[in-house]
Amino acid sequence: MADALHDQIRAFILENYLFTADTSALKLDDSLLGRGIVDSTGMLEIIFFIEEQLGVKVKDEEMIPDNLDSVNRIAAFVESRRKAA
Amino acid sequence: MCGIAGVYLSARDAQPERARLERMIKAIAHRGPDGAGFHLEPGVGLGHARLSIIDLGGGAQPIHNEDETVWISYNGEVFNYIELRKFLEERGHRFYTHTDTEVIVHLYEELGDRFVEELNGQFAFALWDRRKRRLLLVRDRTGILPLYYSQVDGDVWFASEVKALLASGRVRAAMDPDGFDQLMTFWAPLAPRTVFAGVSQVPPGEMVILDEQGMHRRRYWEWQFPDQGALRRAPAAQLQSELHDILADATEIRLRADVPVGAYLSGGLDSSSLVALLKERVPTTLQTFSIGFDDAGLDESAHQRSVVSHLDTVHNHVQCSLADIAGNFVRTITHTESPILRTAPSPMQMLSGLVRGSNVKVVLTGEGADEVLGGYDIFKEAKVRHFWAQQPGSRWRPALLKRLYPYLDFTSDQSAAYLKEFFGVGLSQPDQPGFSHLPRWTTTAQCKLFWSDEFRARVTGDAPERLRAALPADFGRWHPFNRAEYVEAKTLLPSYLLSSQGDRMLMANSVEGRFPFLDHRLIEFATRLHPRYKMRVLREKWLLKETMRSRLPAGILQRHKQPYRAPDAAAFLGAHTPQYVKELTSEATIRSYGYFDPGKVSRLIAKLARSKVPAARDNMAFIGILSAQIWHATFVAGQVVE
Repeated sequence: MADALHDQIRAFILENYLFTADTSALKLDDSLLGRGIVDSTGMLEIIFFIEEQLGVKVKDEEMIPDNLDSVNRIAAFVESRRKAA
Repeated sequence: MCGIAGVYLSARDAQPERARLERMIKAIAHRGPDGAGFHLEPGVGLGHARLSIIDLGGGAQPIHNEDETVWISYNGEVFNYIELRKFLEERGHRFYTHTDTEVIVHLYEELGDRFVEELNGQFAFALWDRRKRRLLLVRDRTGILPLYYSQVDGDVWFASEVKALLASGRVRAAMDPDGFDQLMTFWAPLAPRTVFAGVSQVPPGEMVILDEQGMHRRRYWEWQFPDQGALRRAPAAQLQSELHDILADATEIRLRADVPVGAYLSGGLDSSSLVALLKERVPTTLQTFSIGFDDAGLDESAHQRSVVSHLDTVHNHVQCSLADIAGNFVRTITHTESPILRTAPSPMQMLSGLVRGSNVKVVLTGEGADEVLGGYDIFKEAKVRHFWAQQPGSRWRPALLKRLYPYLDFTSDQSAAYLKEFFGVGLSQPDQPGFSHLPRWTTTAQCKLFWSDEFRARVTGDAPERLRAALPADFGRWHPFNRAEYVEAKTLLPSYLLSSQGDRMLMANSVEGRFPFLDHRLIEFATRLHPRYKMRVLREKWLLKETMRSRLPAGILQRHKQPYRAPDAAAFLGAHTPQYVKELTSEATIRSYGYFDPGKVSRLIAKLARSKVPAARDNMAFIGILSAQIWHATFVAGQVVE
């Protein structure tokens, strides 16, 4: 289910890794690693984005594909951290 | 070195047009500013632009045999020409010059097509046998010198550079989509393919034979590795002695010239080793040349100074700024005749300019040592990934990658998970050909994201599959290390390092490069060796280091290999963006040339402009796009880019 948070995350990834505004280029469940959209250095930029734009600090042990490998996973991770805060 | 050009006409009685050949030679006059020569007869035309290195007064080309039935237009150096000439004179051949060129003509008469196996050197030439009415287009073993050809209406046009083919007026420039696909995978197209549709290159180690039966290719040399079980092992001291003797002789014969010979000095092991060996032979006057960068992360000046001080050479240095790269880049692409993914050739062009400005015409370089003696990080990476593939669940096996890339962080779960994803590509099939290079190819191929849909639809093949299909039949029986060496020797070395970053940047300033580490005797010594002598655990070029230990400063021997890099997108973006960059990357020009998606390109440029530390793949994509636009403007649209 796409909401403002999902849209914001998807827009960031489309703009910075797929260089397009076409939302059909990225499904919410697409694996960012599996599709070759980000690599390990690209992940650093996503973490900066989560911390600076979404206001959620990411701990070392949280930087795993389960939390960060798709728009849905990033959104779920961010929401859970916001609730916990 | 020189430039050659010519034509083989399908109509045997047709007379070639001299004016066309003159235009072709004029287009590559930078390769040979010391003179031009032509030989025309029915069915064939040979042209030559000369850079005088040996027999300065008497070596005008094309050159012929005693009765003028065999002719040659030749670019290169045969370093064992003195020994070959002696052999030929004993067999009754008479010479009218003192050149290495004439040796080839008589050797062909003496041995037929086997003659090429006796040549030790770097060469690309056209040899015409009037009696048999056949033309041979021959290229050296490893691809040091270039040779292109194109068949148009049955006639075959050939030249050292594509611009000469275009100057003939018979060959038209257009992008080969599959060639560009290979470039955006391997960094360069696989020979015989080029980025020009309809233009082929003679593959390294091959000759193209043109006669009344048609055109066919024959391979005369190959990077041949033994089966794993047959690799050579011997006492280290013995191998060090053998390596020293071969390398010393390879260096010695590359000093044969009637003009001063200098050397490039990067501050790494390979060039330092050469300079040490040279210094023993040219004690007082050896000139060395190096380049430095303002960016401390790329600059090797301190290491260069250390070697200069240790070996006491007459040193010349040029500093390369971001503005130098932006200012030289159009000229660089005019000479590479190909899009490139890094700016690294541009500073090499400045370096050859420094050499020429110092009145030196010939330089020795350390190129080839990493391929032949096991220096590249990609070999280490492949070794670790093989080790890891044996226990894919292991946590600490992939952590060995940290030894290669100290800036990578394997300590946290985060990094380990992502790095495993990157380096783990293909891990389930470690014996698949190309395993060693999959991470690099996968990363490079991300540049294709910027292609337009229309261009993407014109690509017909899969680049790695095409490479796999061309591998030797016994490839699968080789040691994994040797497989990685072979792929490197067939992809990056000939068509990028020796071409875009080598011959083209040297010849842009009429300077000849010589490459002792690519002496075929050294390659044949090294291909037989067990890889343990090349890489001991993860210590690269082990045998070379042991061999040179007494001759070099300890700091040079202990250095971790630093890949040669130059500043990329940063040179072109920001407040000082040159006008040509703005024009060629504008939405209108991107759309008009058709290779890329204008929206994606403008987003990439915007992202690079706001990135403090641009991602490697964004840098690579930008340089690929900009250089492809310059390439199109220059060669296809025929514009002068300023």
